[in-house]
Amino acid sequence: MRKYTPKDNVQKKAYYTNRYHVVPSVPTFAVESDEVFAKQLEILKAKVAVKSAKIMLGQMIVEINAEDNFIALETLKNECDYAMLSEMSAVDYLAKNGNFEVFYQLLNLKDVKRMRVVCRVAKGQAVESVVPLYKSANFAEREMFDMFGIVSNNHPFMKRILMPDDWEGHPLLKTYPLQGDEFASWYEVDKIFGKDAREAIGPENRDQAKIERYDTKRFSRVGYEVPFGADISKGETKTEIEYSKTLLVDYTKNSGKQLDNRK
Amino acid sequence: MAQHQVNYASAGGLPVALTTVDHLVNWGRSNSLWPLTYGLACCAIEMMASGASRYDFDRMGTIFRASPRQADVMILAGTLSKKHAEFARRLYDQMTEPKWVISMGSCANTGGMFNTYATVQGVDRIVPVDIYLPGCAPRPETLQYALMMLQKKIRRESANMKKNTKSNLRLI
Repeated sequence: MRKYTPKDNVQKKAYYTNRYHVVPSVPTFAVESDEVFAKQLEILKAKVAVKSAKIMLGQMIVEINAEDNFIALETLKNECDYAMLSEMSAVDYLAKNGNFEVFYQLLNLKDVKRMRVVCRVAKGQAVESVVPLYKSANFAEREMFDMFGIVSNNHPFMKRILMPDDWEGHPLLKTYPLQGDEFASWYEVDKIFGKDAREAIGPENRDQAKIERYDTKRFSRVGYEVPFGADISKGETKTEIEYSKTLLVDYTKNSGKQLDNRK
Repeated sequence: MAQHQVNYASAGGLPVALTTVDHLVNWGRSNSLWPLTYGLACCAIEMMASGASRYDFDRMGTIFRASPRQADVMILAGTLSKKHAEFARRLYDQMTEPKWVISMGSCANTGGMFNTYATVQGVDRIVPVDIYLPGCAPRPETLQYALMMLQKKIRRESANMKKNTKSNLRLI
């Protein structure tokens, strides 16, 4: 007989692991291996304190202090030809490291190089806006504020970009529930009808497969129709299905509607 | 001049048709439904296809209107985000009575696959819905059928909207 294993907490750990699967790891190279990056790093090191630097996937990744982000990007733009900020945002590492990682993904069109400037920001700490350097940072910093609550100082228009202005919470935080918190679940009801309407409208139904057996207000049973809101807890009687007469066409020989008279 | 032939045997000898006010008003209402041109997501593409020449809503007297003040049917076609909910409700409020609502597609019916913090879980939380139309996205034929069901519902209504309670407006 097969050995019995309790399956109560089967979700708590992976029940299957591939013995031959090797977790892929990206190889890391020293910055000195690429002379263009090495030269750019020297220029950067003259201006700001560089905490670490490496090359992964052909891109240089430089970690700096969060206070130096503007000077660092200014140096990289003006002296190292990183003309484009292709992306910037943050990653929530609050649970792991107690801080956010703000990253700036830069593109050098002259030398065809990409690099990433990374800095760590504590919760509640603001970063300096880089909108004077890169116009694309405008919306990106607004999104970073909207999704993580990281404020950018001296931003021309620091306000939410995706969520409504009166929204509470920052949805991309790992602590934010996917289906929304209490505020989110009543947002549209509170806004349109006021808090008094909560009771009449009721909570959201998050169970997509929910069917109430005896609910005759929202569910009807084909062939067993009953009046709206009738009590069917003791069973329902069979009724004939009423078809729309306009859709039923009599195609027998007796019908005048027979379209094809060929034989 | 048109020559009208009166069947004296069947119409009581007179060129007269008898009906009720309810029938007459609902005949007019149901055969010229003017939906609001208002798309929310991908269902709106199907809604546009329904209005265009191949499926041709026009033959049902249904013409999309660009202003809520000229429309009497709101087709909520697509995912309604919580940010947009107040504007959808405002458009509904701007429509003149009598007005009806078709909830088109899974997202409008229940929130659909977007079981998230930012999506309204069913537009019936903000507007009263007459017809729920399933599908993701429903084909134009389905929307036409929903519109025919709405016409059928309207024909059952009283012309006096105050008399229309939920219990006597049940569809099949």
